[in-house]
Amino acid sequence: MAFYLLRRMVSAIAVMAMVGVFVFLLIRLAPGDPAVVLAGPSATEQMVANIREQLGLNDPLPIQFVHWMRDLLGGDFGTSIFSGRLVLDLLAQRLEPTLSLSLLTLALSVTVGVSFGILAAWRAGGLVDRLLLVFSAFGYSVPVFVIGYFLVYLLAIGTGWLPVQGYAPIGDGLSRWFVHLILPTVTLSVPYIAFVARIARASMLEVLTEDYMRTAAAKGASSYAMLFHHALKNAGVPILTVIGLSFAYLIGGVVLTETVYNIPGVGRLVVDAINNRDYPIIQSVLILTSGLYVLINLAVDLAYTLIDPRIRY
Amino acid sequence: MLMRVSSEERIIENFREDKTIDNDVLLDVRDLETHFFGEESVTRALGGVSFQVKKGETLGVVGESGCGKSVTALSIMRLLPKMSAKTVGGEVCFHGRNLLDLPEREMRKIRGNKIAMIFQDPMTSLNPVYTVGRQIAEAVEIHSGASRSDALSKAAEMLRLVRIADPERRVNNYPYEMSGGMRQRVMIAMALACSPELLIADEPTTALDVTIQAQILRLIVDLKKRTGTAVMFITHDLGVVAETCQRVIVMYAGRIVEQATVTDLFSRPVHPYTKALMRSVPDRRRGKEHRLPEIPGIVPSLREPIVGCSFAQRCPFATEVCREKSPVLEEYGADHAVACWHAKEVVSA
Ligand SMILES: Nc1ncnc2c1ncn2[C@@H]1O[C@H](COP(=O)(O)OP(=O)(O)O)[C@@H](O)[C@H]1O
Ligand code: SF4
Ligand SMILES: [Mg+2]
Repeated sequence: MAFYLLRRMVSAIAVMAMVGVFVFLLIRLAPGDPAVVLAGPSATEQMVANIREQLGLNDPLPIQFVHWMRDLLGGDFGTSIFSGRLVLDLLAQRLEPTLSLSLLTLALSVTVGVSFGILAAWRAGGLVDRLLLVFSAFGYSVPVFVIGYFLVYLLAIGTGWLPVQGYAPIGDGLSRWFVHLILPTVTLSVPYIAFVARIARASMLEVLTEDYMRTAAAKGASSYAMLFHHALKNAGVPILTVIGLSFAYLIGGVVLTETVYNIPGVGRLVVDAINNRDYPIIQSVLILTSGLYVLINLAVDLAYTLIDPRIRY
Repeated sequence: MLMRVSSEERIIENFREDKTIDNDVLLDVRDLETHFFGEESVTRALGGVSFQVKKGETLGVVGESGCGKSVTALSIMRLLPKMSAKTVGGEVCFHGRNLLDLPEREMRKIRGNKIAMIFQDPMTSLNPVYTVGRQIAEAVEIHSGASRSDALSKAAEMLRLVRIADPERRVNNYPYEMSGGMRQRVMIAMALACSPELLIADEPTTALDVTIQAQILRLIVDLKKRTGTAVMFITHDLGVVAETCQRVIVMYAGRIVEQATVTDLFSRPVHPYTKALMRSVPDRRRGKEHRLPEIPGIVPSLREPIVGCSFAQRCPFATEVCREKSPVLEEYGADHAVACWHAKEVVSA
């Protein structure tokens, strides 16, 4: 186990180093120049050149990369080119809305998705199952922003039941925070519920025909115990994998959702940073996100051992 | 007029029932009919199966693969696949109640408690993600309402009963940490945990190595003696029947063709199918690869209703009447019944 963790850590560092190189090159090779944006529309060539020099953008790429890595390893994520503020401070400000949205979405997708999938598998071909088929076709094919605007129109503008957009910090009251997050969470959850439910259904269907399910029934186990006790734990490994994957994909959806609902989160920070070619912010967010993926992956792999005793590291 | 006839009939029926109520009978299966519903066809897996299991006896159920032994057991337990199979006729009387009419809630109180079942493949019949102790304990918890810890100590006791060494440690094992023979012992422990009145064992040794087969057989016979539970022992191996059972029913194409005490069946088989089976009783010394004998001819398709005797296509004694009318199971001496039009000729042949 200790050896396994060590191996995972080494590979995590390798992965993040590669992500670092890739991210670094990608944003620098993309068209656009932060100096131009910073200097503004009326700036002269000379002013732009001075800014470039100041920002170190004239150094050869390998030197720039080494500088960035050196700072990173020292825990320095740099300062925003545009606002001059520490990237970490900017991130900290934006973390709460993004985290709130992500975690609520995860909670909603997993509970609803898994239950939906289980019920669909339990009575395969039945009403719930057909409902899931329609729902997932819808969830996969309709883009997040369409669902978002539709829900806003229906539940916020039309009826006034829910706020149209914006975010209320958790410190200003739990219910205000929650009410503001309902629509964004539901919007973002639709495709994940579909995804998780489909996988849960498929894995459950497979498990339900296993011999040990018949053994459980022969013992006199109730339907509830059969489904949630005997079947779910066996279907757990693929379901957990999908949940891990969903969480990794969440970030793309978060950016869109934050835009639709005008939520000042990390997603919006990145979008603005990309528009401004604010390299330090983009780099930091991407490298931190990749670190998060690595951690989630590890957590998922470790969680497997809790579900299935045959899995050992 | 009509009304009176039918009510009279009912009264007579009741009398008859009263007379046939035999205090020794534990399970009374009557005219059991189970169908599988496919895309386009209906498979008549059981075409009217009737038999009784007496208290404390071991009843053998033999027949070639596909003749309906498992379906009979699963119909009794009501464990058939819900989507595709249905018991369309008959009764399964247990303590004066027809199990087929019980609400699912009531049926659950029977399963694993009054009637328990073990299956052919011990490798796949245990849940891989729970310890064996917990799986045995579950049966105890469901039916006795015992606490988890009490149920777990009961599980250890049961493991000791099925002669698994070091039961206190073994309760914490997962199935993958055990051999096939040991897993089948766990299945037996689980099945007997609530002291059922009837244990249905569906080919419990077929999937095991020969030496392990013998051990498991001995265990079942021994536990049966000690607990007094009745056993319905399903097998395709007449040799196993001889070793374990008191009475036996022989099935063919979803019907019972002969029923007798074991001594009677072996000394005086009547039905041509039983005789053919006897002739080719596999030599147990040859190893585990003994399947049932090759009897020339084909088993009738269960997709169409069988007209006449289901064995007619393979039977050397078949005549016109065999192909037209289905023989019913009739008394043929004490505690012996046969479904064959030409039983007398066959016996003297
Ligand atoms: N799951 C199933 N789907 C369709 N038909 C089945 C199924 N299980 C059994 N049958 C039918 O029932 C017949 C009896 O099967 P079974 O009772 O399993 O035989 P065995 O005597 O070997 O236990 C088979 O020949 C087959 O036609
Ligand atoms: S009824 Fe006829 S065909 Fe059937 S077993 Fe008897 S002799 Fe053979
Ligand atoms: Mg079978």
